[in-house]
Amino acid sequence: MTTPTLRVSNLEASYGQIDVLRGLNFEVGEGEVVVVLGANGSGKTTTLRSICNMPIVDSSGTIEVDGVDVSNADTGSIVARGLAHVPQGRGTFPELSTYDNLMIGAYVRKDRKAIEEDITRWFDMFPVLKERRNQTAGSLSGGEQQMLAVSRALMSRPKLLLLDEPSLGLAPIIIENLFDTFSRLNSEEGVTMLIVEQNANLALNIADRGYVLEAGEIALAGDAEKLKNDPAVQEAYLGA
Amino acid sequence: MSTSTLLLQRIFDGVSTGAVYATVAVAMVLIFKATTLINFAQGELAMIGAFFAYVFAVQALQLPMVLAIIFAMALSALLGMGIERALLRSFDPDDHLPVVLITLGVFYIVNALAGQIWNYQPRIMPSLFPNNFDDKWTIGGANLFYDAVGITLSLLLMLSVIYVILNKTKMGLAFRAVSSNSESSRLVGIRVGRVLSFGWALACAFGTLGAILVAPRITLQPQMMAFVLVYALAAAAFGGLDSVLGAAIGGLAVGLINSVGLGFLTDIDAFKDFRATPLIPPLLLLLGTLWFRPSGLFGTKRVERV
Repeated sequence: MTTPTLRVSNLEASYGQIDVLRGLNFEVGEGEVVVVLGANGSGKTTTLRSICNMPIVDSSGTIEVDGVDVSNADTGSIVARGLAHVPQGRGTFPELSTYDNLMIGAYVRKDRKAIEEDITRWFDMFPVLKERRNQTAGSLSGGEQQMLAVSRALMSRPKLLLLDEPSLGLAPIIIENLFDTFSRLNSEEGVTMLIVEQNANLALNIADRGYVLEAGEIALAGDAEKLKNDPAVQEAYLGA
Repeated sequence: MSTSTLLLQRIFDGVSTGAVYATVAVAMVLIFKATTLINFAQGELAMIGAFFAYVFAVQALQLPMVLAIIFAMALSALLGMGIERALLRSFDPDDHLPVVLITLGVFYIVNALAGQIWNYQPRIMPSLFPNNFDDKWTIGGANLFYDAVGITLSLLLMLSVIYVILNKTKMGLAFRAVSSNSESSRLVGIRVGRVLSFGWALACAFGTLGAILVAPRITLQPQMMAFVLVYALAAAAFGGLDSVLGAAIGGLAVGLINSVGLGFLTDIDAFKDFRATPLIPPLLLLLGTLWFRPSGLFGTKRVERV
């Protein structure tokens, strides 16, 4: 069996006295799109934050990236291993220009020329960003900022992209475009993805597999197709 | 002296003292941008930096003034990095109270240390620029001293250097990123602590330059920056606490208000006693800014998109 891109074992996390995750075990294989579904407060965001060892979270357990244990590494080293995280609420740099936002995404890279090529590439994929090249990120619309946040994350040429509720606060048409883009990024560029979403329908459409999180535990796991047809998932997340 | 000559003279004076306030204000803004905190020790750190230059140029090594200044700025940069690393790094930057109290502590410690080492007697600081009584041009009857021009040009040079560092270097990009969004900065692999260190280094080096430039005029002694700090704080708030250019313009504005505004006001007999209270105009400016335009002239108004 090949080593998964990401393996999470016995992940527990708490904010002060409150336990948020109670022993999660899951993995994301190379080239896969995996979605984590769950209601508010089920621990989705905390899972992503723990993977990147972000502050505020108190977590224990093992995180392996390509078989290497990064549980105790700082966020910077984890990013350098090929993870990119698009935090909830977009996580752009509002005072910096669109172009500088992309440049900063490539902060861990040194290949100046390839960086410029990548910027051109994401500008081609999101032409509206090219138009807004010199505008500050804070002046972009919600959808444009989300595209920028995703392109910014891709600028580090990640093996694994972590997306925290990319659809949050966006208009339905923009969400559909965005998920189309994710799907293309996966099939054309081979980017592995772990997507946390409340919009279960769209997420399951582009995902290979999914996990359903309930109160900090994995309640259901399986292929995206199987989850879509699961009566419990349909009732809770698909509004069927 | 005719009124127009007096006006010109007061503008010259205002711009050159304003340039000094501007340098210290810019230093405060650099730290504010990185950490969103006001470093109350900025003036004292600049003062001790001026003493470093004094040691290099006069007390110990008799180095040429330019070299003494460069060494003093470098040493101040190291001191700034040390303070960030040793005293501030372990605190949550979003919890402002302890951090601000630490800068106040540094203020008193540095001041007392300087007093212990160099005592409180005023000393004559050599000037980088010729500053004899007749080192001046006369324009429209007003005296434009070489050192006033030198100080103003130094401010412009410093602003250009800061502009290039912040906008044309990778470290500068990281600095702007951290000041915009420190959490996302971590997520792109920036070592935020190192960037903060860099901000402190830059601020302390340039603050020191300001103190070195003003010391020949007001003499070198541990209390020298007490007034300058208030002027600089007013200047930084007026210009916008997160705008380098705003701080520079604010510094010049404060210099001009005191020299031209207070100057002419106190020429009137009824107001002549205000000469003894030169801190009132900058404090009024500070209050007015906070009251009417809290983000200052050029500061960013934070707008949250939901």
